[in-house]
Amino acid sequence: MDEISAGFIRAIQLIITLNPEVVEITVRSLSISLTSVLIASLVDIPIGGLIEFHDFRGKRALINLIQTFYSIPTVTVGLLVYLLLSRSGPLGGMGLLFSPAGMVIGQTVLITPIMIGLTISALRGVSVQIEETALSMGATNLQVIFTIMKEARVAVVATVLLGFGRALSEVGVAMMIGGNIRGYTRVLTTAISLETSMGDLDLAMALGIILISISLVVNLALNRVQGR
Amino acid sequence: MVLIEIRGLFKSFGLSEILRGINLDVEEGRVLALIGPTGSGKTTLLRLIDLLDKPTEGNIFFNGYDICYLSSKEKLKIRRKMGMVFQKPVMFSASVYENVSYGLKVRGKGNSRLEIQRALEEVGLSGYESRDAATLSGGEMQRIALARAMVINPEVLLLDEPTANLDLRSAYAVDELIKRLANCGRTVIMASHNMTECRKLANKVAVLVDGRITRTGKPEEILTEPELYVNSISGQPFLESI
Amino acid sequence: MFNLVIEMERKLLKISVLILMLAMICIATQAADSNNSRLKLVTTTSLHDTGLLDVIKQKFEEKYNNVSLDVISVGTGIAIQYGERGDADVLLIHDKTREVKFVKDGHGLERRCVAYNYFNIVGPKDDPAGIKGLNATAAFKNIFQKGKADPTKVTFVSRGDGSGTHSKEQTLWKAAGYNYSNQVNTSVNRWYLEAGSGMGATLTMTNEKSAYTLTDTSTFMAYNSTYKGNFTLVPLVESTIDLLNVYTAIAENPKKHPGVNCEMANKFINFLVSEEGQKLVGGYGMDKFGKALFFPAKGNCTLIGCSSGECAVPTNASCAAA
Repeated sequence: MDEISAGFIRAIQLIITLNPEVVEITVRSLSISLTSVLIASLVDIPIGGLIEFHDFRGKRALINLIQTFYSIPTVTVGLLVYLLLSRSGPLGGMGLLFSPAGMVIGQTVLITPIMIGLTISALRGVSVQIEETALSMGATNLQVIFTIMKEARVAVVATVLLGFGRALSEVGVAMMIGGNIRGYTRVLTTAISLETSMGDLDLAMALGIILISISLVVNLALNRVQGR
Repeated sequence: MVLIEIRGLFKSFGLSEILRGINLDVEEGRVLALIGPTGSGKTTLLRLIDLLDKPTEGNIFFNGYDICYLSSKEKLKIRRKMGMVFQKPVMFSASVYENVSYGLKVRGKGNSRLEIQRALEEVGLSGYESRDAATLSGGEMQRIALARAMVINPEVLLLDEPTANLDLRSAYAVDELIKRLANCGRTVIMASHNMTECRKLANKVAVLVDGRITRTGKPEEILTEPELYVNSISGQPFLESI
Repeated sequence: MFNLVIEMERKLLKISVLILMLAMICIATQAADSNNSRLKLVTTTSLHDTGLLDVIKQKFEEKYNNVSLDVISVGTGIAIQYGERGDADVLLIHDKTREVKFVKDGHGLERRCVAYNYFNIVGPKDDPAGIKGLNATAAFKNIFQKGKADPTKVTFVSRGDGSGTHSKEQTLWKAAGYNYSNQVNTSVNRWYLEAGSGMGATLTMTNEKSAYTLTDTSTFMAYNSTYKGNFTLVPLVESTIDLLNVYTAIAENPKKHPGVNCEMANKFINFLVSEEGQKLVGGYGMDKFGKALFFPAKGNCTLIGCSSGECAVPTNASCAAA
């Protein structure tokens, strides 16, 4: 159990001295996950809106399917995206495997189900009366959609934060698509995995503490946003 | 001149039939009061007039045009001539100013601070512009909803129990406001439980029971009839004399 | 006259947008420096975890300063798979049988033996199976027999993960006269445990159960020095011929996998077999562990069973794609 306290001490050391490799890994973790959530937001939030605001055959089945994929194992997604990006795969020519760009693609795919699904939930959470009020005020269908989206903004922001959290703390995709290459694709989660398997439990713990701290900040932001 | 004609209007939700053959004329520039027990279909009727829903059967004519079965673009045009205040209105999660100016915004009319100010004055809530609309009391929300509908200058005002949540003072002020609006040539269709209000404001009263119009006439005629004070189903009085 | 909350919201929005842009720039700059040629080296975890490749990477990148050597460490089985799918440029692995097949199937250009060391059989100090002093094949025989007789006294933990170490273990069982799938790796054998893990985790399990296992020297030494708690395993059978562990480098064949960085791969292999490279390999570990972790292939070709055409000599295989 003193690995935990040793880990804490090591974490503080690494942070205070701004250990360059740890800083590099942390920045990379953040930038890859941030980029993923940005792309996912731009694509998935409108898709969520599209699904929610249209009635079509199989809509319920589609939403069920999306929700089923909420907790798809990250290694499975990693495997699927790997098969896609591998040189022998359909997108192999783009050379995206074992690169940060490939990891962004993988994480974007990973968080897409929850981004779409929670956007739909967020929009559903807006009372029907809002839609009617907007309509009775003379809004066009498009304006009504914007108004509902604006009403749901708190829940949508929460969705984005959740997506970011999931991307940041996943290992399966980062490992399979990135390859944990030192100085190029190594991120916090894959580094923790490596250090654990190599037996340097203090360092693994320390990196874990850093990762948890970031997640803590994200969650605080989430609470703040939802508390309004 | 008859602005709105309702002919043989039926509306069912699934198996329950709410409106069973409504025939009604609404005169331009006049106030029509709809009275009736809860559940008789007053709200449904108002919603159908505002084109928020389609009737199961029947027609509504606006200025002679059959409006129920138009394309949504054309429906929007008609709807923009009307302003509706719902029974328990909801506020957008924004400031009072943004709520009141919503109608202007969606029409692309740059909202004028002055107009909003004036509207707020009329409903007795001056200075409320920057308040968070979610923090308002029920009565305040009702008045903001009214200001919201007023500010777009509609030809027709549809009011569902406009003073239901208001204290005496505010109810009086709102009634005065409605009177002023009617006097400016607006057509008002008002659902109400309040006998005094109806007597004061209405030019015509229509009694709606069980989805049918049972009586129409002048307020003096209708509002003295004893049956009105008894709900045909539950035996409770459905008209209050305040 | 703006709502205070709306103002804060706008500030938050601005800050978030700024952070996002910073993030994008970070990624963009990282992508931009792939004007650098990138060489993807896939290697085994046992080799990578020694830290040797960090040294090699540093020297290699010094010599060819527009190259980034990307080191990906996985089990040998996966490394071969990556090779078969063309996802790597060069492999550095230690499984002769699979290496030969790899080249024969046209995925790799040529084998080059680069370095070697020995596996160890480690076990509890009191050595209940009595393997000390024997060679590996004989030791495995003992473990099999004594384990079958009394699984509570003698157990063996296997990597069970398709790694080079696991391959070696299977070869030894075969050499000891046993059929691996029928006789050794069966559920009846309570003395044989399949860890399905990397070397570190396998060693931990072996330690917990006071069992025997086959390990590479470097991981064992690392665990021995940093293990928190009671590490009771000791090496019982070391440097015997049947425990030889030869590391080989193979470049991907551009004919089968167009787009691989063949030129650089060949340069890398030639670097490894050069005098400088062999010296790096041979001297590694002295300061950290007090003894060398690897031996250079050069000069030891007969010992390690590597033909002169493949043993620590440069390659000039053609990189022509067709």
